[in-house]
Amino acid sequence: MKPFKSHKGLIATLDRSNVDTDQIIPKQFLKSIARTGFGEALFYDWRYLPDKKPNPDFVLNAPRFKGASILVARNNFGCGSSREHAVWAIQQYGFHAVIAPWVERGETKIPAFADIFRNNAGKNALLTIELSESEVEEIFQMVERFPGLEATVNLEHQRVTLHLAEEISFHFDMDPAVKDRLINGLDDIGLTLKKDAEIRAFESRHTAQL
Amino acid sequence: MAKTLFEKVWEKHIVTTLSDGTSLLYIDRHLIHEVTSPQAFEGLRLTGRKVRRPELTFATMDHNIPTEGRFDIEDPISKTQIEALEQNCREFGVRLYDLKSSQQGIVHIIGPELGLTLPGTTIVCGDSHTSTHGAFGSFALGIGTSEVEHVLATQCLLQKKPKTFKVEFTGRLKPPVSSKDMILKLIGMIGTAGGTGYVLEYRGEAIRSLSMEARMTICNMSIEAGARAGMIAPDETTFQYIAEGNRPFAPKEAAFEKSVAFWKTLPSDPDAKYDRVLTIDASSVAPQVTWGTNPGMVMDVTGCIPEPDKVPGYSRKDVENALEYMGLKPGTPMTEIKVDTVFIGSCTNARIEDLRLAADYFKRGKTANSVKVLVVPGSQQVKKQAEAEGLDKIFKQAGCEWRESGCSMCLGMNPDQLKPGERSASTSNRNFEGRQGKGGRTHLVSPQMAAAAAIAGRFVDIRTWKI
Repeated sequence: MKPFKSHKGLIATLDRSNVDTDQIIPKQFLKSIARTGFGEALFYDWRYLPDKKPNPDFVLNAPRFKGASILVARNNFGCGSSREHAVWAIQQYGFHAVIAPWVERGETKIPAFADIFRNNAGKNALLTIELSESEVEEIFQMVERFPGLEATVNLEHQRVTLHLAEEISFHFDMDPAVKDRLINGLDDIGLTLKKDAEIRAFESRHTAQL
Repeated sequence: MAKTLFEKVWEKHIVTTLSDGTSLLYIDRHLIHEVTSPQAFEGLRLTGRKVRRPELTFATMDHNIPTEGRFDIEDPISKTQIEALEQNCREFGVRLYDLKSSQQGIVHIIGPELGLTLPGTTIVCGDSHTSTHGAFGSFALGIGTSEVEHVLATQCLLQKKPKTFKVEFTGRLKPPVSSKDMILKLIGMIGTAGGTGYVLEYRGEAIRSLSMEARMTICNMSIEAGARAGMIAPDETTFQYIAEGNRPFAPKEAAFEKSVAFWKTLPSDPDAKYDRVLTIDASSVAPQVTWGTNPGMVMDVTGCIPEPDKVPGYSRKDVENALEYMGLKPGTPMTEIKVDTVFIGSCTNARIEDLRLAADYFKRGKTANSVKVLVVPGSQQVKKQAEAEGLDKIFKQAGCEWRESGCSMCLGMNPDQLKPGERSASTSNRNFEGRQGKGGRTHLVSPQMAAAAAIAGRFVDIRTWKI
């Protein structure tokens, strides 16, 4: 896996919550046996009109978001199907990071990203950044006010910085295990295979239990 | 220390815990299908790795296959994917239940049928509805393709320990209200992200009185609440299901007795602690129908389409987007909404009991004019059983189409799709935009509610409606 340390790029905002993986990459594109070629199909049903021309009403088709590489959306991004194609499509379109808010409902804190999507993103060095609702709202407003707004997402320092005349910067939390793997571009399978002796020992006692 | 069902299964499968707190979890059963596995096998080839335990890996084809003329796949891309699975299984020595097999079916339906799904085991599959298998007291979760490759190569999965969430269903369900209504009700209450980061454990009198089929429907949709997995403690109902029928991979005789003794140790200890607890009175649950574009947008069949600013947990814009897509006006009673298509099938509701419940309606009434009804058994074994009971004749005489087993219109990867603007009553699990076909409008319901909608041509309250 390619290491991820820091990325600077144009922000695009998608003002939707519960963006599901069926929407990110519709089923007809899951028939491919390759890992590439999904960027064109990202958000297909929203992005294209029935005659396959770009839908001018879809926000990512707006000229101001052309070349964007940091996507900002609302809560529960990536819910639904486990298809890793969703992560591949987002990356192959050109995004390096997705930012979404966790929200508070009563006493519970609802994570910004669906579980399987966040896992899949981590395995592909697509950075998923959780901020508070008010921080994400601020990014939405700044993008409206300052067209062409760029940001830097720095994994090492766990910060998102908006490049305004007066910079605004937010700290984000990150699981240290995921951070370590991303920064060093570690191969999970290679690391696990180094534990072969432990796996063998487990297998010899576990089979008996079943 | 008192432990929950989940903690007991989790601890039994830890190979090692890394210094960063991630555990290497051993996987007892790895289920594979054509859509999420080709890139994983390709990864093995590129790195010269093997499948570590091919005898614990089981493959079938279910997602993109046609449900009529199944041996003549017209779509060349679908065909390539099916052939890739055949080739990969041959090359890596993985057992495959292909289209010719009498045991082929939707991966989450055949696991339990074959006796692969057993209490206290860990099960993964590159499919989010793997949570289904938790109905047996296994820890079963959906994974992505990179993780599929990881499990193929190592038989292990890297996991952070999830939190636990007890969902207690008190009282008794009042038929014809079903377990589908229980799970939809829960998702409506906690939202589609309300379970994110948790393993749900369903408990209580209402759960104990459910059949295995009905329990599987509940665990199946745990992922629609965002949960890592859903689990139900094994009991006599579980043991009986495993013992009966032809389940080649289930333990037999002395081995079965020994297993039962172990399985009886799995239920959560009485004073086990959970991170979160919720209690729902099952006797008060009404038939549920979704009105929006995710499974949390759901209501009692007796309700009306909500006003955009009156839905807790959703912004006005979320609701407006959903209603626009669904073509619905606030204030419309659910029972005035007409359907064009009815889909009875999917890993949520295509087991034999589901088909019996639906057939009971079609015995008494024919499908309404212009309503297209697709009945898709979950597996070849379900199909055979249904035909032995004459259910296929009941469906066909009532005007339904009786198909071959597969995922079908649940996700519309095969030719079974809604047309733009078509409205369906569906026993499946997701009402996302475009899921059943671009522009298609899906309402999730139970098999009984779907059958009644097929006959009435609109949604009805099956508690009071007469055919």
